[in-house]
Amino acid sequence: MSTEGFFVQAVVYLAAAVVAVPLAKRAGLGSVLGYLLAGAVIGPSVLGLVGEEGQDVMHFAEFGVVMMLFVIGLELEPALLWRLRAPILGLGGLQVVGSTLLLFGGAVALGLPWQAALAVGMTLSLSSTAIVLQTLNEKGLLKSSGGQSSFSVLLFQDIAVIPMLALLPLLATGHGAAEGAGHGAATTWIAGLPGWARTLAVLAAVSAVVIGGRYLLRPIFRVLGKVRMREVFTAAALLLVIAIALLMTRVGLSPALGTFLAGVVLANSEYRHELEADIEPFKGLLLGLFFISVGASIDFALIGAQPGSVVGLTLGIVAAKFAVLLALGRLFKLGTGQSLLFAFALPQLGEFAFVLFSFANQEGVLEPGITSPLMAAVALSMALTPLLLVFNERVLQPRFGTREAEFREPDTIEEHNPVLIAGFGGFGSTVGRLLKAKGVGTTVLDSDPDRVELLRRLGLKVYYGDASRHDLLETAGAAHARLIVLALGLPERTLELVHTVRKHFPNLTILARAFDWQDAHDLQEAGVDHVYRQSLDTSLRMGADALRLLGFRAYHAERATQTFLRHDEESLRELTASRKGERSAYLSDARRRIEDLERILLADMAEADLDRDAGWDPESLREEFRKL
Amino acid sequence: MARVLILFAHPALEKSRVHRRLVSAVPRRADVTFHDLYEAYPRMDVDVSREQRLLINHDTVVLQFPFYWYSTPPILKQWQDLVLEHGWAYGSEGTALRGKTMVCALSTGGRTEAYVPEGYIHLTVRQLLAPLEQTARLCGMRFLPPWVVYGTHRLDDAGIQRAAERYAVLLEGLVDDRIAAEAPNLENLADLNQTVASWVEGGMA
Repeated sequence: MSTEGFFVQAVVYLAAAVVAVPLAKRAGLGSVLGYLLAGAVIGPSVLGLVGEEGQDVMHFAEFGVVMMLFVIGLELEPALLWRLRAPILGLGGLQVVGSTLLLFGGAVALGLPWQAALAVGMTLSLSSTAIVLQTLNEKGLLKSSGGQSSFSVLLFQDIAVIPMLALLPLLATGHGAAEGAGHGAATTWIAGLPGWARTLAVLAAVSAVVIGGRYLLRPIFRVLGKVRMREVFTAAALLLVIAIALLMTRVGLSPALGTFLAGVVLANSEYRHELEADIEPFKGLLLGLFFISVGASIDFALIGAQPGSVVGLTLGIVAAKFAVLLALGRLFKLGTGQSLLFAFALPQLGEFAFVLFSFANQEGVLEPGITSPLMAAVALSMALTPLLLVFNERVLQPRFGTREAEFREPDTIEEHNPVLIAGFGGFGSTVGRLLKAKGVGTTVLDSDPDRVELLRRLGLKVYYGDASRHDLLETAGAAHARLIVLALGLPERTLELVHTVRKHFPNLTILARAFDWQDAHDLQEAGVDHVYRQSLDTSLRMGADALRLLGFRAYHAERATQTFLRHDEESLRELTASRKGERSAYLSDARRRIEDLERILLADMAEADLDRDAGWDPESLREEFRKL
Repeated sequence: MARVLILFAHPALEKSRVHRRLVSAVPRRADVTFHDLYEAYPRMDVDVSREQRLLINHDTVVLQFPFYWYSTPPILKQWQDLVLEHGWAYGSEGTALRGKTMVCALSTGGRTEAYVPEGYIHLTVRQLLAPLEQTARLCGMRFLPPWVVYGTHRLDDAGIQRAAERYAVLLEGLVDDRIAAEAPNLENLADLNQTVASWVEGGMA
C-alpha cells in the first residue's frame, strides 16, 4: 500500500469512528455498536470506502484483543485468578462442551457429515472476547457476578482454542489444500517437532513469560523509569506485549493467553498502573479498528441473496448458545438478573471463528460453501450482542432487578482505596504513614523508581508513575477515591496536577502541599481549599520552643502559636483577594516575593498582640471589685 | 507518712498573683511531687500511662487550680476523662486508687461570705465541687473538704503571703497524715481552712 493510500485509509477509519461512536453513545447503545455500524457504512456493501483489504485490517486489529487481555491480566492478581479457578474450569468447560454438542447436533441434523459438524460446533461454541469485555466494561458490569462469570468463560475459551487447532486437521476428510495455511499452525517453530518436544517448547515459553515477568522485567522497568522519558516506557510496554504475542504464536499458543499470563504476573508489580495507562490507548484504538472491520466484513450481498438462511442461522445459533448459558447460570446459582446478563453477554460467535474457519478451509475440513454463510452469521451475531445487552438492561433487568444487591461483591478486580497520595517523599510518606496507622487504605503514586522499589520491599502499596497523567490517575482508581493528597516536590507539577484533577475527577477533594506564600496563593487561586505550606507548622513549632526556652509557659507559647497561625492564614487569604486580576507580566517573581514579605510584616505589626486570651485575665474584674 | 502528688492546672500562670506564690511555697521534699499539667501537655495531649504511674506512686492527690466558672480549668477535666479508666480507676476490677486521698486546693475571686446559702453564690465551694467528690467516691478514694483561698480579687500582698504559708502547712500536714486525726469532723465541713488554721496555731503553741 502506498503512503498516500495508507493515509486515505486512516482518514476513512478514523472519521468513521469519530462520527459514529459519539452518536451511538449518545443514543445509549455503547461504543461497540457505534464502531460496528461505522464499519458497515464504510464497508463494501454500503459506501464501499474500504474493500477487500478490510480482512487484512481485521487480522491486524485482532491484536487489540491481545492488548486487552494484557490489560485485564494486569488488573487480575494471581490470588484472584486462583479464586476464579472453579468458574473458569467448571462454567467455562461446561459452556464449551454443552454448546459444541448442541450445535454439533444441529449441524448433523442439517445434513453435515459428523467431522464437519464437529468442526462447526467447536468453532461456534466460542464467544467474542473483544465485544463482550468491551461492552461489559463500558457498562460497568464486569465486576458483577454475571460479568465475572462471563470473564471466566471467555478465559476458558481462549485456552480451549489450542486443542481445537490441534484437533481440526484430524477431522479432515482428505480433499483439502493443506498447503500455505496462513494463520495458526504453519508459522510455528515447532510444527515439525515430535509431540513431546512440542509440549516441552510450550512449557518453556510459558515459564519464560512467568519467570521473566517476575524477576527480569522489574529491574528493566526500573532502569527505564530512571531515564524519565515517557515514550521510552511506552515503547518498552509495547515491545513487551508484541514480543510475548510473537513468542506464543511461534509455539502454537494463543497470543492473547500469553499476554494475559504476562499481565497477571505483572499485576503485583509497582509498574502495573503505568503499563496499563501506556497500553490502554493502543488497545482502545485497535479494538475500535477491529470492530469497524467486523462491521465492514458483514456481507450484505450474501445476506440479501439468501436472507432467510443467514438470519435464521444466526438466530438459531444464538438461541442455542443462549439456552446453554441460561441453564449454566441457573446451575451455578447466579440469580435471575445475573443469569440473564451472563446469557445475553455470551451467545454471539467469536473472532476466533474467522481464524478457525479459514484454517478449517485450508485443512479441508469445511468447504467455503458452508463457511461463508457462517462467517456472515459471526459478524451479524457480534452486531447483535450490544443490542441484546441493551434489551436486557432496559427491558429485562428492571423486572428481575437483583442488580443492586449482587453488585457489592468482595472480588473487585481493581483496588479502590479512598485516598490517593501523589509523591511519597518525606512529606507524602508522613501523611501515608498516619493514614495507614489509622487503617485507611491508600494508593501511592511516585515517580522515583528506587524509592518505589524500596517501599514495595517494605510491603507498601506503591506504584511507579507520573501522577499528572490523567489516564494513570484513572487506573489508580481516581474515579472512586474520595481524597487526593498532592505531596509532590515541585510546585509547577503540583499546579499541573491540580488542573488535571479538577478537570477529570471533580469527585476528589484535593489536599495540596505548598512551598511558600506564592504557590500557596497560586493553589488557592486554582480552587484548592486545603493548602498546606510545608514549613509552616514546623517553623511555628520551632518558634514556640524558642519562646519556651526563653521562659514562656508551654501553654502560653502554644496559644500564641495557634493565634499566630490563624493570623497568618488570614493574611494569606487577604493577599490572595487583593491579588485578583493583578498579574502583571513585568512584576518579576523576586519582586513579588519582597512585596509579599513587606505586606506580611506590616500586617504583623498592625496585629502584633498575640495575647488575646482575656478570659484568663481578671484585671477588669479586679477593678470592679475594688470599686465595691 | 503519705506521699503527696500535686496536680497543678493553671492556663495562664504568667498572669497569676496567687498561684505563683502558692507554687513557690510548695515544700521541696522527696515525698511531695509537683506536676504542672499545662506545662507538660500544652496541647492537652495527656499521657495516660505516665499519669497512672504517678498516681500509683503516691497516696494523696492534691488538685491545685484557680476556680473558673465554678469548676476546674479544662485540662483537669481532660485528665479525669483520660486517666481514670474503667477497669483501672473504677469498675469491678478498677482498684488502683482505692484507699488513696483526694483534696482540692483552689482560689476563688469571690469572698468566703459569698459561698454560703445566703450569699450571692448560694452554694459552698464543696457543694460546687460535687462532681469531683463523686468521682473520688467512685474510685474508692477519700475526698477531703477543699482548702480555699477566698477573695483573691481583693487580696493584698500580705494576704497572699499568708495564704502561701498556710498552703505549705496544709501540704506538710498531708504528708504527716495529720488529717487522719481530724477524720470524724471532716464529713460535713465546707472547707479545710479552719483545720489548717488550727494546725498553724497548734504549731506555734
